[in-house]
Amino acid sequence: MSSLPEPGSGRPDVLVHRFRSFDLPFHASLRDHFTILDPWTDSPPDEPAHAFLARRAGRARALVCVGPTTLGADTLRLLPSLRVVIGTSAGVDHIDLRECSRRGIAVTNAGAAFAEDVADYAVALLLDVLRRISAADRYLREGSWLKTGNYPLGSKLGGKRVGIVGLGNIGSQVAKRLQPFGCDIAYNSRSKKPSFPFPYHATVHDLATNSDVLILCCALTEETHHMINREVMTVLGDQGVIINVGRGSLIDENELVQFLVRGELGGAGLDVFEDEPNVPKELFGLDSVVLSPHRAVITPESFEAVRELTVSNLKAFFANEPLSCLVRLE
Amino acid sequence: MGNPSVDSLCLSRCSTYAGPAHFASADFACHASCSIKLLSQLVQSSSDGEVAKIQGFDFAEWLKSTVTEKDFVGENWETSVLFCNRRRHSLNSIAELTDRPQSDDGDVPSRPPQLLVIKPGLLRYGDPFAAKFAVLRAWESPLPLPAFLSTHARSAPALLCSAATRVAAGLLDLLPSLRVVVTTSAGLNHIDLPECRRRGVAVANAGEVFSDDVADAAVALALDVLRRVSAADRFVRRGLWPMEGDFALGSKLVGKRVGIVGLGSIGLRVAKRLEAFGCPISYNSRAKKPSVSYPFFGNVCELAADSDILIICCALTEQTRHMIGKSVLLALGKDGILINVGRGAIVDEKELVQSLVRGEIRGAGLDVFENEPNVPDELLSLDNVVLSPHVAVFTKESFQDLAELMIANLEAFFSNEPLITPGH
Repeated sequence: MSSLPEPGSGRPDVLVHRFRSFDLPFHASLRDHFTILDPWTDSPPDEPAHAFLARRAGRARALVCVGPTTLGADTLRLLPSLRVVIGTSAGVDHIDLRECSRRGIAVTNAGAAFAEDVADYAVALLLDVLRRISAADRYLREGSWLKTGNYPLGSKLGGKRVGIVGLGNIGSQVAKRLQPFGCDIAYNSRSKKPSFPFPYHATVHDLATNSDVLILCCALTEETHHMINREVMTVLGDQGVIINVGRGSLIDENELVQFLVRGELGGAGLDVFEDEPNVPKELFGLDSVVLSPHRAVITPESFEAVRELTVSNLKAFFANEPLSCLVRLE
Repeated sequence: MGNPSVDSLCLSRCSTYAGPAHFASADFACHASCSIKLLSQLVQSSSDGEVAKIQGFDFAEWLKSTVTEKDFVGENWETSVLFCNRRRHSLNSIAELTDRPQSDDGDVPSRPPQLLVIKPGLLRYGDPFAAKFAVLRAWESPLPLPAFLSTHARSAPALLCSAATRVAAGLLDLLPSLRVVVTTSAGLNHIDLPECRRRGVAVANAGEVFSDDVADAAVALALDVLRRVSAADRFVRRGLWPMEGDFALGSKLVGKRVGIVGLGSIGLRVAKRLEAFGCPISYNSRAKKPSVSYPFFGNVCELAADSDILIICCALTEQTRHMIGKSVLLALGKDGILINVGRGAIVDEKELVQSLVRGEIRGAGLDVFENEPNVPDELLSLDNVVLSPHVAVFTKESFQDLAELMIANLEAFFSNEPLITPGH
């Protein structure tokens, strides 16, 4: 438990908004500069969160939103002084952006701090699915190499047509990494990127028609919700592979499970799911999927980069200086 | 490709008699005993209307009247194999077998060269050689190998083998007509090259056909160990995620120093791939390579000391046996990881196991082991290793490429042209 300095002690109030399981490993460095208010540690156990906020967070002008913790209008309405939301993830689909825009609350995200690590993981998942690395590791640990003999053949990455959905920070890092493997890269994005030398497809369906692999690197919005649906998966086919390092709801997960279980889709590497931390149990028995608990895209090094970004944005805010990684609110 | 309705009949019949392993590839993979059973089945069921009439020729009727099961035993085995294989690959040739006029296939030689295959190896996944060669499948014979060779392979000019077959004086003595050996491996340790040269036996190997796939596997293992991909997959499958179990994070790959041992065909490809991930590359090789700009280390220990990821891509020779031992592992250090896609014996496996168990290195990704398929028990319970059952070369595509390359070498040889990928 922390002891709270009295209001007006000089360090501005910053509210930390998180699911209980989402630790903020840089609490300590934030406390050097700010008065941190955290309902999970600073509020008596019998006090509901909204009561704590009403009692204590009225003066908080800044909020750090940890990971994908939902920040809805109901919480925002309890914070009359709020002027900025500092997000620690790249995605902002968990934040009620419309309400922030209405109130004139600025929102920042993690920018490109995770982009390289996410791109590395996307390629790692793709290699794992195609070459069955985790499945073969399981096979060997079960003793099957001794008992049954050789493991079935995997599939070569070179020559595969890889469609990248969303050519932002992450998507472009993925493309860079895939080139030496001899993949044919194409992409779909909200708009064509003239500086990228890869073929552009105006729709995801079009991209899927011309791809063996789809890698989802885009944000979750109303437009992209369930973008990967039955039609797209059908067109991708039973040798097709989907890698998702974006958000679970980019894919119609129920359909995905059916396609995978029936062998109508070749395989999938999934870091994100529609209802985390719950993963459809049917996937646990499949050798054609590789599963990851979302946190796995993070490394201590990139987390350090986000820590620095969070602290610097908070300092900038309280010094009336420009913020980095501002999210455009429509 | 053949009559689709007959091929699907074959597939369904074969799936009754053969196990799933025989049909790992999408192609109809049928070996001799399967063909024999299939043909017997066809003989018995030719009245059920499933067998299509092919080019006006009633195959089933012909089988019933001409061929019986005892034709596929003993001395007729070789002919039977030839028949089965050719039947599957070239329905036009059925006419030839029955002395009917051929359609337009004038190029089929009356007797294709014999190709001796001692162990299934490449043929596990189908038989692309049967269209052009009379394949002698030594492993399917009840005879012990020397007897088989004396009886059936005395006139065989060609041998297809893997690294599992020792090709030296002992074998060569049993093959008096042998003129060419094609091996499905890139390595040539198993072949006595001087002895082959002395006897005028040409040798071809797999060249660079596997290099991409092995390099991909090396990168996949490095990514997996560093970012804990398989460990994460296990974590989720065990249902630990909703229980908010602890999951240790992996480490960032960008900026990790990669040390490649053996900058040959595979090592160079590994370098190109990891450069794109933002890793600086250094290497050790038998000799410095003037054509590359990566820093060269004359000593593996020094390379290890300067690396976060040490990747073994070299061949197994007397010099490289147990090259990765205690001192190299200590130099690699507790943040270092070892990836081995070369040969198990390049690493002192006992020392490696000790290092891993004691946490003296961060982790390892291993596709090869000293005594395959045995893997040290201690490794099976470690979360910081990724274990692979020697599959770095095994993709469907590389097997197709390999088969094409072996055939191309054989055809070149029999056309008196230079081998595509000569071994010496």
